[in-house]
Amino acid sequence: MDKIKTAIIGPGLIGTDLMYKIINKGKYLKLDTMVGIYQDSKGLQKAKRLGFNTTAKGIMDIIKREDIMIYFDATGAGPHAKINAPAAKKAGKIIIDLTPAALGPYIVPAVNFGDPLAEKNVNLVTCGGQATVPIVFAIDQAVGVDYAEVVASTASPAAGPGTRKNIDEYTRTTKKALEMVGGADRAKAIITLNPTKPPIKMKNTIYTRVKKRNPEAIKRAVDKIVEQVKKYVPGYNLKIEPELDGDIVTTVIEVTGAGDYLPEYAGNLDIMTAAALETGELFAEKILKGEVNYD
Amino acid sequence: MTKNFVRVIDTSLRDGMHGVNHSFSPQDMAEIASALERAEVDTIEVGHGDGLAGSSINYGLASASDEKYLRAVKQKLAGTRLAVLLLPGIGTVEELKKASNLGIDVVRVATHVTEADVSEQHMKISKDLGLEVMGFLMMSHTRGPEVIIEEGKKMESYGADVVYVVDSAGALTPDAVRVRVEALLENLEVEVGFHAHNNLGLGVGNTLAAVEEGVRIVDGSLAGLGAGAGNAQTEILIVALEKMGYETGVDIFKIMDAAEDVVKPKLSRLPRVDRDAITLGYSGVYSSFLLHAKEAAHKFGIDSRDILVELGKREAVGGQEDWIYDVAYELAKKL
Repeated sequence: MDKIKTAIIGPGLIGTDLMYKIINKGKYLKLDTMVGIYQDSKGLQKAKRLGFNTTAKGIMDIIKREDIMIYFDATGAGPHAKINAPAAKKAGKIIIDLTPAALGPYIVPAVNFGDPLAEKNVNLVTCGGQATVPIVFAIDQAVGVDYAEVVASTASPAAGPGTRKNIDEYTRTTKKALEMVGGADRAKAIITLNPTKPPIKMKNTIYTRVKKRNPEAIKRAVDKIVEQVKKYVPGYNLKIEPELDGDIVTTVIEVTGAGDYLPEYAGNLDIMTAAALETGELFAEKILKGEVNYD
Repeated sequence: MTKNFVRVIDTSLRDGMHGVNHSFSPQDMAEIASALERAEVDTIEVGHGDGLAGSSINYGLASASDEKYLRAVKQKLAGTRLAVLLLPGIGTVEELKKASNLGIDVVRVATHVTEADVSEQHMKISKDLGLEVMGFLMMSHTRGPEVIIEEGKKMESYGADVVYVVDSAGALTPDAVRVRVEALLENLEVEVGFHAHNNLGLGVGNTLAAVEEGVRIVDGSLAGLGAGAGNAQTEILIVALEKMGYETGVDIFKIMDAAEDVVKPKLSRLPRVDRDAITLGYSGVYSSFLLHAKEAAHKFGIDSRDILVELGKREAVGGQEDWIYDVAYELAKKL
């Protein structure tokens, strides 16, 4: 079967993990080129050793290649907004944005696949968003969510300098996605970093204030969506089943990384690359079925 | 300022909020702020216990918004400076700018002792807003002087005017306070502060030890109100400092009156060092976990000390109040 060729821009930890995910799990996608800006960067060297094309001249070097249809952007918010997004748009290419730039619509594959695909630039929210939006969405569908609040605990070594320099972006974007995709009327996102050794797994506590107190409906909806997320994030685990106390439901999710390249404690990064791959696969499937228009 | 001047920052209306489940009304705050102003306290800190935007299911809902508290207090202040707390990951620059528009003078940006780099954006923007910036290295008991120097220097580089050793768990003994503040005093250009918790009954004692080492900015709260067993009791601290030959500019009788006549009548539970608070200090657990752990223990029918000891083992950091539920749930299941 034909596969759709793809390129990863940004050969850092996330880009490299995504490369391994495409190699190991890509069904409709295959990696063609790893794009960086430093020839001797570890990620580019790795890609080269594995037999992929590489370039250190950025996206402009390959955007004209007709056969590469899907680009993953694992750089930063700045480069995405200033360089990669405009380049992809001009060339009419699909770009899946793993940065916090959030120019395109949010996508959480277990939840809203369908509509965002009409756009060629989609954004993967945040790691906390990928982990918690599905739960809020499921509860909102079942009983209505008036307010959602999520607290993410992340291992310190799994939070890179970009996240640290602009931690507000994380809370702002996650909150917005909880409202826009999750369906909560109002939302709040909190993130904490924990330096314990050995590093903790990514943990998310999700509080929802519900409109109808129906524990069975909530449990059914949550169990169902957890199974859906698990299909593309195998380490996604319901640690504490939704528990209703008054009108507040508490649910705890733990994410163990798949260990494709990043360590298992980096569940926060794993869920991003897993969601990126899933999104890419869905796009690729559409292209193969002739459902994407390339004018 | 003479070298014997100690700047005392009263946090009855911020850390103190932990002791009352964030239930002070703007009116309560205005009355307490007036009493602190009358006693000529240098700076007071106001807001939810977890700082700007702290009001939440996880930490407890405050009875009013940050804006209402700040407005109510600001109009009572003339000479006393107004401070807020911001925990990156909870509060954002957006709330900071709103607070700045409401007339705050000081922002205290708090991170876990190893995570100072998350404070960069907030500190830099605070400086641009013309605010005095203080950096809090929370849970300082978990790391030694080397890490404290390294992280303190980061805050200094972001523009902090003061860097604090914060004993969030009330777990430090006086000698451990001395080595930590000394490390910062010797290695930073900027001023050094100390914030105590009284879980081992050392709130005032540890603060005095810090002052003896050369610290000139310290925190206290009226009646000792605060997370865990509370903070260093401001009215005692003022008197003890004066007896040791330091000046604070605070009126001794008026500060006692503020605690006795204004704060205490508002409290249903006086700050005290009970067995749960001692366990916080013993296990090194973030002090604001106390009331949440008591509640979880009650709900799951287990001993709150078992929850706290386990949280200490897992090295939960400030802001991870949700771990209490997780731990209590696991402990209860094993029974």
